[in-house]
Amino acid sequence: MAAPATDIAQTDVTGLLTRAREVAESVVDPEIPVLSIADLGVLRDVRIVDGAVEVDITPTYSGCPAMNLIALNVEMALIHAGFGMPRIKTVLSPAWTTDWMTEHGKKVLAAYGIAPPQGKASRRALFGEEYVTCPQCHSRDTQRISEFGSTACKALWRCKACAEPFDYFKCI
Amino acid sequence: MTETPLFRYTLRLADNALVLGHRLSEWVGRAPVLEEDLALGNLGLDLIGQARAFYVYAGEIEGRGRDEDALAYLRDAGEYCNVLLVEQPNGDFAATMMRQLFYSAFAHPFFEALQKSRDATLAAIAAKAVKEMAYHVRHSAEWVIRLGDGTDESHRRAQQAADDLWTYTGELFEADAVERALIEAGIAPDTAALRASFDNAINDVFDEATLQRPGSGFMQSGGRDGRHSEHLGFILTELQFLQRVYPGAKW
Repeated sequence: MAAPATDIAQTDVTGLLTRAREVAESVVDPEIPVLSIADLGVLRDVRIVDGAVEVDITPTYSGCPAMNLIALNVEMALIHAGFGMPRIKTVLSPAWTTDWMTEHGKKVLAAYGIAPPQGKASRRALFGEEYVTCPQCHSRDTQRISEFGSTACKALWRCKACAEPFDYFKCI
Repeated sequence: MTETPLFRYTLRLADNALVLGHRLSEWVGRAPVLEEDLALGNLGLDLIGQARAFYVYAGEIEGRGRDEDALAYLRDAGEYCNVLLVEQPNGDFAATMMRQLFYSAFAHPFFEALQKSRDATLAAIAAKAVKEMAYHVRHSAEWVIRLGDGTDESHRRAQQAADDLWTYTGELFEADAVERALIEAGIAPDTAALRASFDNAINDVFDEATLQRPGSGFMQSGGRDGRHSEHLGFILTELQFLQRVYPGAKW
């Protein structure tokens, strides 16, 4: 059960915040279950307001269907950890960019078989030549099959060296 | 209660995105190849996501308790204020891609400009949408070039699509009293200033696609004030069926 607000006010707010942040950071992307929402850059802020936890998350794409589930999973994780009535807010600004993905996040993505975003999400990355490394054999001899893959955030690629198709997390 | 220009303006942006997103969703399961099935589904998803954000905001502006679902599912065709271009039938693949190119070549510079709106919510939605529309422009442009500069048959169909749809592009740049009030307030971008960007994009693509750009000619208009082609009624019949038959249904 959640402690009443008065008890929370008497405890160490910094400690609470650290714990709440750890819990929120442990939630994974439902489509890519090796990647935490912290590594993905979707978790924007965790704070304690009037004794309750408030969490800001931001969508990767406007229509990302995983957002509702991520919000629900963050809420459930916090409730299970003893935080009563957490508030999950969706913020749109500043707009999410793949530049917010952590280096750790890129490593686990590649190990999972999804090529992480390469380079910065500048206009050059968007419209210029792309060189994507195969997450299986690390060859750079790869080609794009389709700009749009299994989810809004990914493109379909193929490795010409090992012949494996793979998902590429595209730069935005 | 009279509606504010900001409500009407936001609703137009929402309706454009929803109706085009719905049109693209009609391709799911029947696109020419699997990759394109996924692509069209993804483009549609982007648009429906944008529509949701605009509807939520429109509901807040109106302040009468209508949420995104009430605005999308419980208004009839006459109350929809999308441009006529987005409700045009999918036709063949060339028609779908040409419609997408015309819309995206407008929407990309439009959202780029809307990011600088004095209205913080519109600016935030635009900042997300502009990144998505960049992909829509690229994808539809690639297809228009491939079809135009392809076989005789694909060229003929791409040219036909351009000739059929061009008459709906004028409405994208119209500014009525609603819009002019917001332009003056620094909330809406002046679409007249986006015309050059649109023209350049279309000219570049058409040159490479070996297609003739249609002359200016007569431009259709009226969608933004609720005067629609018959197609919108059919779209809404399908889109709204569940909520009309089972009001308040949730799943």
